[in-house]
Amino acid sequence: MNFKGKDIISINDMKREEIIYILETAEKLERGKRQDLMKGKILGTLFFEPSTRTRLSFESAMKKLGGKTIGFADPSVSAVKKGESLWDTIKVTAQYCDVIAMRHPLEGSARLAAEAATIPIINGGDGPNQHPTQTLLDLYTIKKTQGKLTGLKIAMSGDLKYGRTVHSLTIALSLFGCKLYFIAPEILQMPKHILEELDKKNIKYSLHEKIEDVVKEVDILYSTRIQKERFADEREYEKVKNVYILRAEMLKGVKKNLRVMHPLPRVNEISTDVDTTPYAIYFEQATNGIPIRMALLALVSGVIK
Amino acid sequence: MNKKEMKVPGIESGTVIDHIPSESTFKVLDILKIGDELVTVGNNLSSKKMGKKGIIKVSDKMLKKEELDKIALIAPQATINEIKNFKVVKKRQVQMPSLFLGMIKCFNPTCITRHQDVKTKFILINKKPVELKCHYCESVFDKEQLELL
Repeated sequence: MNFKGKDIISINDMKREEIIYILETAEKLERGKRQDLMKGKILGTLFFEPSTRTRLSFESAMKKLGGKTIGFADPSVSAVKKGESLWDTIKVTAQYCDVIAMRHPLEGSARLAAEAATIPIINGGDGPNQHPTQTLLDLYTIKKTQGKLTGLKIAMSGDLKYGRTVHSLTIALSLFGCKLYFIAPEILQMPKHILEELDKKNIKYSLHEKIEDVVKEVDILYSTRIQKERFADEREYEKVKNVYILRAEMLKGVKKNLRVMHPLPRVNEISTDVDTTPYAIYFEQATNGIPIRMALLALVSGVIK
Repeated sequence: MNKKEMKVPGIESGTVIDHIPSESTFKVLDILKIGDELVTVGNNLSSKKMGKKGIIKVSDKMLKKEELDKIALIAPQATINEIKNFKVVKKRQVQMPSLFLGMIKCFNPTCITRHQDVKTKFILINKKPVELKCHYCESVFDKEQLELL
């Protein structure tokens, strides 16, 4: 499979085989000795919106592969502040590096950047739209903890309406025949267009209002935060805010292989007493961003074929 | 010339857009960006096929592809008649294209195309009902949310 020169913009662009190949490459890189595969190459990290974690993870991945990084973490120090268009910024900065990882607050910015650049662009988040490296590291975590991606029972809880991570993860999991459980208050349930897509693909799913309803059946519980600002009426928020908090006592009698995931940062939706249970995997999940980003950098640069 | 045709007089040469849903007649007129051309418009005319319909006759104007594509979006049943010497020389139904370039404004206020000078690009993902996907922000929207540029 040849990824050389490819852009990584959206999980919607990816085929099942491509996802599997990326995950396998990440696995090999994580297991293997430190390699200087990206020696002499430069990664540009263009962060038009602050995101310390994603940026550091890209930079760490590049350095582990022997490459160098340049970039900015705050657009106020770049020409953007002077009113330069994204197209022009990318046209110029693409001359300074071999691959770009970018984050931008506007949706579709990564796709536009990919059209402007002659080098590969990796989307590190374009507003509320896509964050494909997050989805890939989620899939990598699921595969690593369950030994497979197919036929699993996966629950997602919290804000399913606005959460881009759960949307992309749902689309990606629909390629692997998993059964999905969506746990959310009615007003924050998974959007209709995503459920329709699951129907078209004959993917089994069910809607729930309480974590307790399904937690004993599932292999993965993917928790997300419910944000107060999503509610027009604060009383509505007060009603549901505690329903979606996972506590250690709720994990009694669950399957041994259950793992609790979260895209982080968490606020209070997973109580800290869950951290010490064998089910918590969210910190390791964040670490898995490194091998995934290493794999993507190596693949799109063509140093791994 | 029969009675029905007399309601909207014939033209010597130009284009007749027929079978426009009545509620879309004036939207189609907007698309044509009429300057000096002679235009006659009939609306809420009775139609066997549609119940009520609109018709627009524009003298000395042949429609461009972009205009035809926009008409297809808001009046997919419309027929286009090209007229020369008071005769229909070509008649066809508008065709819905699969790609719309620089014709539609993205519905999503946080799409990059709403903030920077970018030619919009939309992919038709469903014909009935019409559903379009923004190539950039990946938002999907329907006919009600459609805003032509």
